[in-house]
Formats: sequence, structure tokens, C-alpha cells
Amino acid sequence: MKLGDLTELAARNLREAVLRNSLTTLGISVGVASLVALLSLGVGLQQLVDRSVARAGLFDTVSVRSRQSAPFGQPGGGRRNPRDAAELAPPRPLDDAARKEIAALPNVLEVNPEVRFTAEARREPISQLVMVSGMATSSQSSGTLDGLSGHFFSSPDAEETIVQGDLAKRLVDDGQAPNSLLGQQITLRFAQRQALPPPSQQATSEAPNQAVGPDEEAMGFSIVPSEKKFLVVGVTPTSDSGGGPVGFNNSGMYLPLAVAEKLQVVQQGDLRDVSRPTPSQGMRYAALNIRASSPTAVAAIEASVTHMGFAAFSLIDVTRNLRTFFAIFDMFLGIFGSLALAVASLGIINTLVMAILERRREIGVLKALGAADRDVRRLFFAEAGVMGLVGGVFGVLLGWVIGRAIQLATMIYLKRQGVNPPNIWSVPWWLVLGAIVFAVVVSLVSGIYPASRAAQLDPVEALRYE
Amino acid sequence: MKLLHVTLRSMNVTDSAATANGFAIRAERVSRSYKMGETLIRAVNEISLDVGTGEFLALLGASGSGKSTLLNLIAGLDRPSSGSILALGRDLAAMSSQELASHRNRTIGIVFQSFQLLPRMTLEENVELPLRLAEVPRGERPARVQEALERVGLAARTRHRPTELSGGEQQRGAIARALVNQPMILLADEPTGNLDSKTGEEIMSLIAGIHRPASGPGRTIVMVTHERALAERYADRIVTLSDGSISREERLR
Repeated sequence: MKLGDLTELAARNLREAVLRNSLTTLGISVGVASLVALLSLGVGLQQLVDRSVARAGLFDTVSVRSRQSAPFGQPGGGRRNPRDAAELAPPRPLDDAARKEIAALPNVLEVNPEVRFTAEARREPISQLVMVSGMATSSQSSGTLDGLSGHFFSSPDAEETIVQGDLAKRLVDDGQAPNSLLGQQITLRFAQRQALPPPSQQATSEAPNQAVGPDEEAMGFSIVPSEKKFLVVGVTPTSDSGGGPVGFNNSGMYLPLAVAEKLQVVQQGDLRDVSRPTPSQGMRYAALNIRASSPTAVAAIEASVTHMGFAAFSLIDVTRNLRTFFAIFDMFLGIFGSLALAVASLGIINTLVMAILERRREIGVLKALGAADRDVRRLFFAEAGVMGLVGGVFGVLLGWVIGRAIQLATMIYLKRQGVNPPNIWSVPWWLVLGAIVFAVVVSLVSGIYPASRAAQLDPVEALRYE
Repeated sequence: MKLLHVTLRSMNVTDSAATANGFAIRAERVSRSYKMGETLIRAVNEISLDVGTGEFLALLGASGSGKSTLLNLIAGLDRPSSGSILALGRDLAAMSSQELASHRNRTIGIVFQSFQLLPRMTLEENVELPLRLAEVPRGERPARVQEALERVGLAARTRHRPTELSGGEQQRGAIARALVNQPMILLADEPTGNLDSKTGEEIMSLIAGIHRPASGPGRTIVMVTHERALAERYADRIVTLSDGSISREERLR
């Protein structure tokens, strides 16, 4: 029998026992719905984490520090296996020469110094301690500034700042939106290095100290408080978690990288460099940030940099583990979701076995008229498949509604708790198609036993059946 | 065992020889036995029988004589425990179940005592079923269904369900279904058994018309009945069965 005839007969048979078949199909729908609802939440959560990680620039960034700056007794950061230590180059200072060498590595888009410091942000009468970072112009296109209100720095030397949404909330007056900070001035108070004059001049000269770069530390420096005003040109969205900036390289305030460098803020490691000076060429850096051409290149760059004698660090392993975690998490959600479908499959078996009993004579007649065992088997398979398809389609719709309801309930609950509700629900197309195909496959598998039983019916016996 | 109008032949008769000899059906020492507990029941016991092409054979016998079992074996609905059956020269025992199904669909038309129309389908859908199974193109089906229903006088009842038809109409519908694939052999198992005598007569007239139509080729008919009068009036030959064996044969025409 041709497929069109089979499907037509199957659909007709299903329509005849409409209540029973509808209930069975509803069972499949509920199974698929639970699968879709749970997986859509799992996928939504994974996307939420992926978004946060991407926004923090975790996927394509390698942070490089000088290995010599790690004191004895402290883990060597980036050195994954102490047994590899023998193969590594001796520690080197992180200077201009090293920066050029790193920039020449394959798949490296750019190498920027990391300028990151703690400062006090003040907008009278409010003040707040904040982590400030220098931001390279290239970061404009990264995910860090997704959803930015206002604009990026007008020039690399502009005395402007972009403020993280959660910090902006704290710096504005009560009841005002974070974006009201745009166009306002913020005063930053920070610790600045100022060079000490040579010892011979220290006794005689009354000249004020000069700000110095890290290559001038041989003479030592003093740390003085300094202040500077910045115009707020951008406000980033408040974080999904509502808990302020998360992840590596995320800060409360961003300044143009060149401007941040010129501030000569005391960096972590400055004191160690003074106490143990090493010969270096040109500018010395506390840390460099490498941007890779793609996340897949990060591991190779990290390995190369480590072999050059520096400590390299990326969160690629962390994100890989995160993905593994979500794969397992989704699998468990899928298993729990599938339990309902497994129960529904028993319903299909029951319905079809009942149908065989009821339609025994009909099967006998079909065989007497020339239906082969294969035709009868395919007819029952088609009935199971149609139930699976209809149940799958309705199940996806039902799952969508349930997932949406859970999302809305979560949003309402979190809003009442004062937390900005994240989007934890996503129904990608592969989930829709996969759930429908899965429902059809489960239904067909459930149909194997009834279909075989129907096909094996003895037509003479079946025709005698009253 | 009586061998009437039957000769025992060697088992290696070729298919073409069987049809060339003018036999539509040839049964050779056919037995069918069932086991019920420890007892072996021989429903059909070494029957040998030839049915000529275009012949109308009536199988007569009391209940349990084995006539319906023999008809099922000829139809290919059942397989013999021993012996062989040739239909239009083809050995049914050598056929796969798929080939047997095709044999039932294309070579044989079957009419049952209890009509066996599917109650959930309309009359035309019932008649269309063998065409679906034969994978006849959809476009050809309506005309063939209509032709078969016109032949049995039910062209106006196509949309009715079996429950909306009288017993005689249902049996006429069943005959239309049996004929729609234009089989060479029509098997009828007590076709008038569930009908009153007047309607039974009408059905028998219809079957006789199929056997020897006013125009066009006739068909070979094997009819199981327990009504001797009907058999004598319409059949060319009567074979009487008792206890699974042929007990008597009468050639009438």
C-alpha cells in the first residue's frame, strides 16, 4: 500500500476512536511539553551564562603577567603542570620587547597593557570605591559594551568615562535612572606614582616630584593622592545577576586606555619591582591583555606565551567546564522530561493493543482482500507515527506556554525581590524540531510491538472473531 | 478417500501444464489438521480436486465437514499441513506471505457469509480497499469503484455506511468489492447464509451473472453452501464433503 493511502487509513482509524486516541495523543503532548519546558529553561540558563561570559570578554582574551613577579610560595599562575616547568623559558620581564614578541604570535589581534586600579568615584555628595579599567578602542566591538546607553569615547585621549549600570545606580540621586548620569562629571581620586629625584638632588632641590613611568623606578617613587574629572559619556546596562560587574576584566568604570596609562596610577607589582629591579627594555607592564582572533586560538596562544617565560591565564578552561556542566545539566533535564514521554509511550502501546482487539476482524478482512503482513504492520506504525506527530506538535506548543509561564512567574518573583530578572528561557528551533522528531520516534518504537502483533494475526482466526 | 473427477498426478507438474489443461484450481492430496490439546483434528483430509477454468463448483456439506477450511486453503488465507494447491498454475505452498497476499488481492475475490464490510467506511470506500492494496493509481479508482457498484445495482448508495444498508445490499456491496480488482476466481463462503430466501435468490442470480455474463469473459466460482437446492440450480458441479474428505461428486451441467 502506498504511503498516502496508509496515512489516510491511519488518520481515519484514529478519528474513529477519537476520544481514546485524543487522550493518548494528549499524553504524548504532556510528555513533549515537559521535555520542551525543562530543556528551554536549561538552554535559557546556558545562554544567560554564555552572554555574561561573552560580555566579560572571556572567550577571546589571554591575560599575561610576568612569571618572575610571582613570589616563592605562591602558585605560578598559568603554569598548569609543574612538571612542564623544566621545558619553559626562564622568567622574563614583561617589557616592550616582550609585547612586540607576543604581538607577532599567530592569531593575536592586539596586545594592550592592562591598567586596572581601585579608585574613589565621587559625585557630590555620593562617593563610591570602584574598580577602574583602561579600555582599548577595539573593545568597542566586543560584547563588553552590549546595550550601551550614550556613546563610546569620542577619542583615545578624551577625558571621558563609561560607567557600569549598577555603579551608575549608586552614583545618581535616589529615584533617578542610571542613564541620568550621562553628561555629568565624576571625580576620580586615585594613588599616583611620582618619581623621586636622584639622592644628590633630594637634599638641595625643592622642585616638586614628577610623575614617572615604571622604567624609572630605579630611582624610586613616592605615592601621592591625585584627582581628575571625567565626563560620563556611556552607561552600560545593569548586569543580569543584579550583583554588579562579574568576570574578568569587568570593572565599574572604563577610561580610554591611553588616558588611564597617563594617570600613572600605582599598579599591583610596582612595589615588588622596586624591591627587586631587573634589566628591561623600554616600558615595563604589570600585565598585558591579548585579544585572540577567535576563542579556538586562545589555547595555542596561552601555550606559546607560557613557553616564552610568562604566566598566561585565560578562562577558556573554565568556560569549557561550564559547557560540560550545562551539557550534563541539559541531559538530566532531558531525562526527567523524557520520563513523561516514556509513560505516554506506554499509553500508545495500550491504545494500539486495544485497537488490535477491536479491529481484529478488520485486520482479517484487510488480509483477505490482499493486505500483506507488511501493510498491516505499516498501518499500525502510521497510526503510532501520526499520534506522535500530532502529540509532538501540540506538546511543543504546550511546552512553550509552560516555559513562558515559568519565565513570567520567575520575573514577577525576582522583581518583587528587587532583582533585575534575567531571561532564563529560550526555545531554539533545534529544540522544537528535535522534540517533534523525538515524539515521532518514541511513538514508532512504541508501535513496534502492537504493529508486529497485528501483522502476525491469522486472517482465518481474525475473520471468525466476533 | 474418493477421487471424483480427479486424477492423482506426479508432483512435478509444471505450472503452465496445469493452466494449459484448463484447470483454474488444482488441489493435490491436501490436508489441514489442527492440534487441540492432545487431539489432532483433521479438518481437511487428503483431498484432491480440480476446478476447471470458468466452472461453477459448489462445495456442499454439513457444519464441520471441512468445506470452509478447504475454501480458505484455496484462497491462500491458510496453508495446508500437507499436499499442494495450484491456482492458475501457481503453487500456493511455494509462495511467500507477500506473494500470497498479492494472490488474494489480484487473482481471487472472496465473499463471506457475514459480508465483512468495514462498518467505519462508506460503501465506495469499502469497494476501493482492494484497489488501494493493489496500489492502483488514485485517478483510476473512482471509475472502477463506480463500475463495480453499478454491476451489483448499488450505484446510488455509494456514500452509505454498511449499517445503513440491508443484508442483501451489504452482500451485493461485498460482491462488488470482490470483483473490483477483476479477479479470475470468485470464492463465496455461504453467501446467502445470512439472508432470507428471496434476497438469497437475488444474490445467487447476481453470482450466476458473474459466472456467465451476458457479455465478456466469465469467472471460475467456488461456492460453499449447505443449501442443496441453490447449488443444484446454479452450480455446474457439486462436491459434497464429510469429515474432511470428499464423499460425493455430481456433475450437473
